[in-house]
Amino acid sequence: METIKVQDVAVNDLPWRIEYHAERCTRCGSCVASCSFNAIEVVVQRQSMTVSEQNQPSPVRRQLALAIIKQKKDLAYMCRGCGMCERVCPNNAIRPVRNPDDRKALLSRDNGPIKRGGRTNLNAQRTLDSIIVGRISQMTDPALDSVRHTFDIRAPFGRVLSPRELPLTVSGDKLEMAHRTPPVRWIYPLIFSDMSIGALSTRAWEAVALATAYLNEKCNLPVRMSSGEGGMPVKLLESEYLKYFIIQIASGHFGWNRIIKAMPHMVTDPGGILIKIGQGAKPGDGGLLPEAKVAEHVQAIRGVPKATLSSPPNHQGLYSIEESVQKMHLSLNAAFGFRVPVAVKCAASATSVAVYHNLLRDPYKICGGFFIDGIQGGTGAAAEVSLDHTGHPVVSKIRDCYLSAVRQGLQGQIPLYGGGGIGLTGNAAADAFKMICLGANGVFCGKVLIQLLGCIGNEKGRCNACNTGKCPTGICTQDPRLVKRLDVDRGAQKIVDYVLAFDKELRKLMAPIGNSSLPVGRSDALVSTDKAVADKLGIQYVC
Amino acid sequence: MCRIGAIKSKVPVHPSKALHLMLPQQEGYDNSGFAMVMQDLYGVFSQYKDKPLLSMACTREGARLVEEYMDKHHFTQLAAWVPVPDKQPNLNIEALPFYIFRNYDYPEFVKEPEAREALLLDTRLALRRMLEETGEGYVYSFWPDVLTLKEIGDPRDIATYFHLWDDNGCLLAKNIIVQCRQNTNYDIVRYAAHPFFLQGYTLCANGENTFFTKNTEFQKSLFRGYIGFESDSQNFLYTLHYVLHELKWPISYYKHVITPLPFSELAQRPDRDVLMTIRQSLAHLEINGPNTIIAGLPDGRMMTCCDSKKLRPVVVGGDGEMVAISSEVCGINEILPNRDTSKDIYPNEREVVVINQDLEVERWKQ
Repeated sequence: METIKVQDVAVNDLPWRIEYHAERCTRCGSCVASCSFNAIEVVVQRQSMTVSEQNQPSPVRRQLALAIIKQKKDLAYMCRGCGMCERVCPNNAIRPVRNPDDRKALLSRDNGPIKRGGRTNLNAQRTLDSIIVGRISQMTDPALDSVRHTFDIRAPFGRVLSPRELPLTVSGDKLEMAHRTPPVRWIYPLIFSDMSIGALSTRAWEAVALATAYLNEKCNLPVRMSSGEGGMPVKLLESEYLKYFIIQIASGHFGWNRIIKAMPHMVTDPGGILIKIGQGAKPGDGGLLPEAKVAEHVQAIRGVPKATLSSPPNHQGLYSIEESVQKMHLSLNAAFGFRVPVAVKCAASATSVAVYHNLLRDPYKICGGFFIDGIQGGTGAAAEVSLDHTGHPVVSKIRDCYLSAVRQGLQGQIPLYGGGGIGLTGNAAADAFKMICLGANGVFCGKVLIQLLGCIGNEKGRCNACNTGKCPTGICTQDPRLVKRLDVDRGAQKIVDYVLAFDKELRKLMAPIGNSSLPVGRSDALVSTDKAVADKLGIQYVC
Repeated sequence: MCRIGAIKSKVPVHPSKALHLMLPQQEGYDNSGFAMVMQDLYGVFSQYKDKPLLSMACTREGARLVEEYMDKHHFTQLAAWVPVPDKQPNLNIEALPFYIFRNYDYPEFVKEPEAREALLLDTRLALRRMLEETGEGYVYSFWPDVLTLKEIGDPRDIATYFHLWDDNGCLLAKNIIVQCRQNTNYDIVRYAAHPFFLQGYTLCANGENTFFTKNTEFQKSLFRGYIGFESDSQNFLYTLHYVLHELKWPISYYKHVITPLPFSELAQRPDRDVLMTIRQSLAHLEINGPNTIIAGLPDGRMMTCCDSKKLRPVVVGGDGEMVAISSEVCGINEILPNRDTSKDIYPNEREVVVINQDLEVERWKQ
């Protein structure tokens, strides 16, 4: 009997297996060349074959040496299921197939915790899909016409004062402003959320930025894009387009050296500042950019050497919400002359309501938005244990925060933005609409954008290799050969088209409930087919 | 769909005039109730215009409870008008045993106008709470020179019951706001019938407010008098009261609160900073849906406007002695047949029409 070393990794231990049909293969080598993970190789295999080479059948048994494509039996080079081989194969000779019996989770911790990118693969349940827009105008009031009527689809970004705090004085039959109020921008309720240059390839980031500018300049949709923690190109910082961008500051302060140096040369104010305290995909963890992705231009923008860049889990020197408001909010507000809204992004947590309460009581009125990022948010790199086992769903958290503000009569004063899983199934408009009815002013999304660019990752373990620098779609890598796979213009166009459809779909949802402006907090428009969800969110249960 | 109407006249008129305004507008089973608020009263109340008038409907026990409460809280009864009903058989009316309209004098120690306003509100709220707990009646208004009558049934029969067809000189007013339908979409609750009244502000609405939930959630925290919410139309009244009475803003800003201009139009306005600020801070008071309102203000002026898509009609017509506002022109044709119809006003979706004490009509676009 053959001796077997059971500790050796076998192909049937891996999460994806390569299904290869040698008889269809032309040996062109495209699949091997396209596999950025080096998961397959060309090997010569001895095969015993019966062949017939004469005009009449004359079967002869032969021993042949054949070149074939073979999957590597190595966790370091495991197939990620990205399917690039299948895309390039001219003869449908090869494709990855999910292995239901894989043992990867058990075997791949030899060098410490498993790291990957993407979203949680364990908690991808869809609360929003059990919610339906169920309050339709029928007879008692007319539904609007989503095509003919005008709709005011805008969301506030900035600190809104209560009516009694407004510096309005009566002069004759007019009101006049006695002094200015905190800056508030009315933006499109869909924010392109924070994916840094570094996490994304420069070209992918550029595609998102292009789409942002196009939507603003040509489509009259004031979509804002957050820079992510990693700075921005100086040329962009010093351009008119800066007004479409929300500059992020996170615990590593990456990129801020350049931003501060560019400030005297800015010709317009940025759209906003976003202080990132935490992120839904890996709450309690700082940003992580593996060394493999710290290419030269990333080093330049961030002002760092080639090394793994780990942002601390906390902003150094902050130990309370009040202090964060006093130090960070105040200094960032001051930096831009109190003209630019400053918002904060936290990972959804059991404590989110407490944080929101505290911010609502800020006496300086300088917190211009509360972004809550749920467990289904994506990331470029994190420990798998964080991705799958830490975090908090965002839907009920937005609702909790909104209702707690309602109880105090403070709803709307710090706009709520929800993210993390928006568009998880591709239907971002429906997700956004339901979040808005539950109390969000708007939503932010990231993963769906890169999926529009071509990312093939999903929540069932497909690809999830954003951390490796080997992104097969050229989106989450700095390898110039891979980045070439991304067509920036076509990518940007996909995003623009998607947002234009998103806008039309929002109207399609607003019209039947008879609303011409966003139904923020209109929970009466929603029903749920899940009793527990209905009870938790305070909406009608239907069956 | 309900119809709403109002009459503002130089000469005091009987409630029958309001009924004649409303009845031609009946469609289907619209006429399921009768409710009116009369302001600037003459007839039996003409001597007590500065004294608060309590309007209520109740049981005998309810009447006793209210009397006891008012005595205990130092209100002195000055006069009362208790209609003797015409209890003909087969009248379609769900009458309560007693309808009480009673003038009181203020407690001696309350002298300041603002303190008196607050006291009247708090007293009405306390009476309502008390009667609600025991199920003994309904209190609709408690305010000087204002009378409210509401009942369920056919408006013609209700008018017969209260002798409103008699034009006997008891009930007369220069301002009447009226509506002839109960809330047929939900359980019929007397408090849900328009017009609604709060501290001198009266409001009737025809239509739907699809932002009921967000309006209500916000209004609950704004002022103690914003209660009930039995109808989505109460939101209109509370916002009117909040903008004019609480924030003390000019009347032109009411429309900017309930149907703000689209952002694209706001950006073009010279007063965009003020309007944007209002839209931001009062976002939860915005009204959506098809609707028209008629409002009466404490100083006797009347106002009408409609939703920003103009999905519900309203028309204003007058002859110099009387102005009528009505959902449909047939009602005005009935009571003002000889007016110059070319001067009728059909307010547009951005327009506000105000009729002042001299019946001058002021109209503007927001």
